[in-house]
Amino acid sequence: MEDSQGEGRREFLKSWVGVGVALGAVDALALTEAHAQPAAKSVVVGATDPLLRGSGTAVDPTRMAALLDRAMQSFAGATGGADPWRQLVHPGQVVGLKVNTIAGRGLSTNVILVQAIIAKLQQAGIKANDIVVWDRTNHELERAGFHVSSSPGADQVRCMGTDGVGYEDTEESFGVATCRLSKILTRVCDVVINVPLLKDHGEAGVTLAMKNMYGVIDNPNHCHANGCNPAVADVNMLPTIRKKVQFIVADLSTVGYEGGPGFRPQYAWQYNGLLVAKDPVAIDTVGWQIIERKRAEQGLATLAAAGRPPRYIATAADAQHRLGTNDPNFISVVEAA
Amino acid sequence: MTIGAKSLLAAAVVTGFLMTGSATHAATAQPFPASVSGWARTDDVRSFDAANLYQYIDGDAEKYIKAGVKTTSTADYSFGGKVDAVADVYTMSDANGAKTIFESDAAGTAKTVPLGDAAHADSQSLVFRKGAYLVRIVAYQGGPDVPQALIDLGHAIDQQLEN
Repeated sequence: MEDSQGEGRREFLKSWVGVGVALGAVDALALTEAHAQPAAKSVVVGATDPLLRGSGTAVDPTRMAALLDRAMQSFAGATGGADPWRQLVHPGQVVGLKVNTIAGRGLSTNVILVQAIIAKLQQAGIKANDIVVWDRTNHELERAGFHVSSSPGADQVRCMGTDGVGYEDTEESFGVATCRLSKILTRVCDVVINVPLLKDHGEAGVTLAMKNMYGVIDNPNHCHANGCNPAVADVNMLPTIRKKVQFIVADLSTVGYEGGPGFRPQYAWQYNGLLVAKDPVAIDTVGWQIIERKRAEQGLATLAAAGRPPRYIATAADAQHRLGTNDPNFISVVEAA
Repeated sequence: MTIGAKSLLAAAVVTGFLMTGSATHAATAQPFPASVSGWARTDDVRSFDAANLYQYIDGDAEKYIKAGVKTTSTADYSFGGKVDAVADVYTMSDANGAKTIFESDAAGTAKTVPLGDAAHADSQSLVFRKGAYLVRIVAYQGGPDVPQALIDLGHAIDQQLEN
């Protein structure tokens, strides 16, 4: 696995600096549709810690908690909020953490990050049993290092796959997406924090926040045509997803920049960072550029040249979706102090 | 650490509800040996056909379907309790399908290895093809012993594959 510790804070800024140029380069495919311009800029906070793993390979829990704190405080500062967690959640709510565990232990949402989020939620007054870590299947969660536990009423965090609970019988639809949603989303959770990770994706180009919602639906296999476009954007338009998925804490401790979405050790980059945002389109735009920059550094083709530009990001910003903005002029990228 | 977090992460109470994923738990473990050369299989072998391969690898499935995958089997392994790995065997409709995937998978840093019809290896992965089979073994941790250990496991799986 590549050792990139020491790149540090400048990594995040370097990744973003070229976004205008990069987006300009793909203008013909990305920005040809009418776009909704937001009234205010979407804030995406990036935080990195070159010592996130100390001298070893495993993420240090104390440093991860500090990194999360820095990112969230910066987000609150940039958006004029107070305690960011108390803005997001309220005691009595059931809070879901939608992780991404399909690629196994090597490239799934980091357990240490989830642990840090859980601690902050509890400090914000959420009871342990009102926190639900979830994904598609129990098996995937276990393989990624989580321990499945669904005891209602017990003083412990719940962790479960949709395969143990099921999907709704009725479908929700938008555009090309007609899907049954996980009952964990529809019936268990009041609010969901999306906790994806950044990966190259053989069909979609990039997977981060919006693509992670494929783990909420019963038929992701029907949503991969045409580079997952417009399916990713359409899935994110499904009413229950729009209503309940409120925030994104993206795990960039390890980033897969080629060969994804599976784990390919030779392309696993210890970025040692996080991104946080409310706007799923803006955060996906920033994540895309981080991957493009790494690919350029490694002499790999751009995703457009590789035949898999993430077109769904622009679609999600268009007038039919308005899920957020992909326009660099309307994205404020903040590096956590 | 909070009580809740401890509960989540401690070894523990794996609950009572059934794992109802539609992967098939194979009646036979072939071609995955239970133990060989320091490796021990740690879970049931799971199998997927083309229609439900997305349940295992989501977006990666399209590439394999286009190349003619028929079935996929996978097993988790541990090497001396220190290194975890996953071994996947894709059975394609013909050798061309296996070759297509194999050639799309090669990294610039990979080394050629004498195994099957063709093989390449990195510090934490080994990929080889043999007839219509495409085999990928990926370790989640690195280490000086890992490259050779992967090749040893690869040879053991190779011997179980039909010619």
